[in-house]
Amino acid sequence: MSLGLGLKDVRITLEGRELLALDCMIAPGEVLTVMGPSGSGKSTLLSFVAGFLTAPFTAEGRIELNGADITDAAPELRHVGLLFQDPMLFPHLNVGGNLLFGMPPGGRARATAAGEALARFGLDGFMDRDPATLSGGQASRVALLRLLLSEPKAALLDEPFSKLDRHLRGDIRRFTFERLRDAGLPSILVTHDPEDAEAAGGPVVELAI
Amino acid sequence: MLRLAPYLVAAILTLPVLAGMLGALIPSFGFLPVLGKTDVGFGPWRALLAWPGLGTSVLLSFLSGLVTAAIALSLALLFLAIFFETRAFTWLRQAIAPLLAVPHAAAAFALAFLIAPSGFLARLMSPWATGWQRPPDLLIVQDEWGLSLMAGLVMKEVPFLLLMALAPLAQIHAGERMRLARSFGYGRVSAWFKTIVPALYPLLRLPVYAVIAYSSANIDVALILGPVSPPPLAVQILRWSNDPDLDFRMIASAGAILQFVVTAGAIAVWILAERCVGLLVRGQLVSGRRVAGDAGFATLGRGLFPVLILASMLGIAALGLNAFARVWRFPDALPGRWTMAHWQSVAETAGGPIAATLWIALLTTLLSVVLVVCVLENERQRGARSGRALEFLIYVPLLVPQIGFIFGLVLLAEMAGAPPGGGLVAAGHVIFVLPYVYLSLAEAYRRQDPAWTKLARTLGQSASGAFWKVRLPMLLTPLLTAFAVGAAISIGQYLVTRLLGAGRVETVTTEAIALAAGGDRRLIGAWALTQAILPVAGFALALAAPRLIWRNRRGMLGGSR
Repeated sequence: MSLGLGLKDVRITLEGRELLALDCMIAPGEVLTVMGPSGSGKSTLLSFVAGFLTAPFTAEGRIELNGADITDAAPELRHVGLLFQDPMLFPHLNVGGNLLFGMPPGGRARATAAGEALARFGLDGFMDRDPATLSGGQASRVALLRLLLSEPKAALLDEPFSKLDRHLRGDIRRFTFERLRDAGLPSILVTHDPEDAEAAGGPVVELAI
Repeated sequence: MLRLAPYLVAAILTLPVLAGMLGALIPSFGFLPVLGKTDVGFGPWRALLAWPGLGTSVLLSFLSGLVTAAIALSLALLFLAIFFETRAFTWLRQAIAPLLAVPHAAAAFALAFLIAPSGFLARLMSPWATGWQRPPDLLIVQDEWGLSLMAGLVMKEVPFLLLMALAPLAQIHAGERMRLARSFGYGRVSAWFKTIVPALYPLLRLPVYAVIAYSSANIDVALILGPVSPPPLAVQILRWSNDPDLDFRMIASAGAILQFVVTAGAIAVWILAERCVGLLVRGQLVSGRRVAGDAGFATLGRGLFPVLILASMLGIAALGLNAFARVWRFPDALPGRWTMAHWQSVAETAGGPIAATLWIALLTTLLSVVLVVCVLENERQRGARSGRALEFLIYVPLLVPQIGFIFGLVLLAEMAGAPPGGGLVAAGHVIFVLPYVYLSLAEAYRRQDPAWTKLARTLGQSASGAFWKVRLPMLLTPLLTAFAVGAAISIGQYLVTRLLGAGRVETVTTEAIALAAGGDRRLIGAWALTQAILPVAGFALALAAPRLIWRNRRGMLGGSR
């Protein structure tokens, strides 16, 4: 069994026109950076891996995660986590609720675990906070923690740093990549900021339009 | 299952209308076997056309449709021209839905109590300004030209058009258009009419036609404010259908078909006028003139709208004063002696009607909300709009005169042996509640970012888990508003309740309107307030509940994401 996220002969097309072709293996803890201008199909790649590809896009090839073929699995069964441009914390839940939403079911220990994880992220006592009252940096950290606590086997990052203030961006970026590496997750980062690619430290794929 | 939802909704919106039209068309040629009538011929039509005063009735209906729509549209556009993106506009966004919730009948009574010769306005102005020591002998309410009728309709249709304009205004980026035009040196009103109205009006067309249809065939306002003899056509049809002589049922059928023609004719004339106005103003748009009476319009609007709002408030006050008045001599501005007796009378008799009103409103609204959510969720999951067809079908029950097809439906129900009563009434209400629930909810539902669902699914939720745990809770506020809108529509229904209930189903609305003929102002005041309080209380709940539930969730209050 090969650990990691494998893209086997993946080809994404839009109405017959090829947008991208990839064949690679992303090892645990490694970040593959996909760069390219808008419309180059980089977000479509993430949709395909997460299980949300919709018309008019079509894709061929297989996605393997830790040796299992997940190409046709339902999104919720893939164990592939997503980070968006916005932290997208559920506004109807508090911070703790956001974390528990993604955690596997089971007992009271979940809440304790969530609280301890918040403390490790420098957000001690934030369980009952309203997400709307968090600063941009705090919200980003909660979003990352929510992803990690959902125990994914891979992570997809859709320009997650592009909307952050410049002075925050470096810190959050470093923090995010360290945590993903610690968790041993194979990840794909989509961006058009070269600094993101540099910080990710992994292989880079450049797409043309 | 979900895939069937749009078809089911389309059927609910159109089949009863078609069946009802057919149910009116066949008896209009003398064929009504339930009553033993099988002499097919033009008898009912001849009797209809020979009816004295028919021409006046038709003209009243036709004109009240066109005049109401023209005035209501002008006022709504003028209001927006002057107040768009000001504090008054922000206030309007919040106040508009509860304003609309006041039933037509209650609003009509309020106007009647305000402008009648012995009404609140005359009392406030007498004798110091008018010199009147007794009510003047003038026919103001129920005047033969139908002016008070049109005024009453305009009062309710302006808020409706304003509400219908809010979503299109966002869609056409009206704010940016306005700022751009003003940066070119256009005045506020000119910028509005030259850059926003040409894009806004096409999106407002169906609501405007609905206003014409409603105003040309309306019953509840016409019974309170409309002329009595001859009355508008719809009222005359209702009289025929209530006549103990069953031959009049067939004349009523022919009248219902005539009502379709009158309403369709009014809409056709409007469309013709649209074309003419379009041709006339085309050159004006690019004439380069920066201001055209801007200051005048602004002054007009700033004077007019406060007066209209003040008048509405005085009208409601007049209802309230009457409801508590024991002795109120003319020209005293306030009652001389007060009493709770009218409310005691209401309290003794209103229990049944209130219960019937509430169960019908809650049941029909719940059903409508579920159906609309199914349609919108189906649209979301299949990634395409249900198509323009459904968008148009939503308006069918609002464009076809109620009296026409409801009357036919009653005949069909009789033929099918369906017992008139609460069930039939509730089914009838759904036809009218459904469109408003859809119009109220669709925008918010479509605006919700699909990324929320994706996120929930990557966190391990199934499609239905994401729907129940993320999508619906996040839409709680618009769902509650849609619920309040639907309930208000149901509570205000008069004709459907009256005809499909065969007089056996009494709601606050049928009770209030039944009092109109009697003219007991004190009792009318108390009943009209009762009728108005129910839907307004619904809105208060719909607005207050999210504030309470989400008091610690700032992201859920105010702007939706």
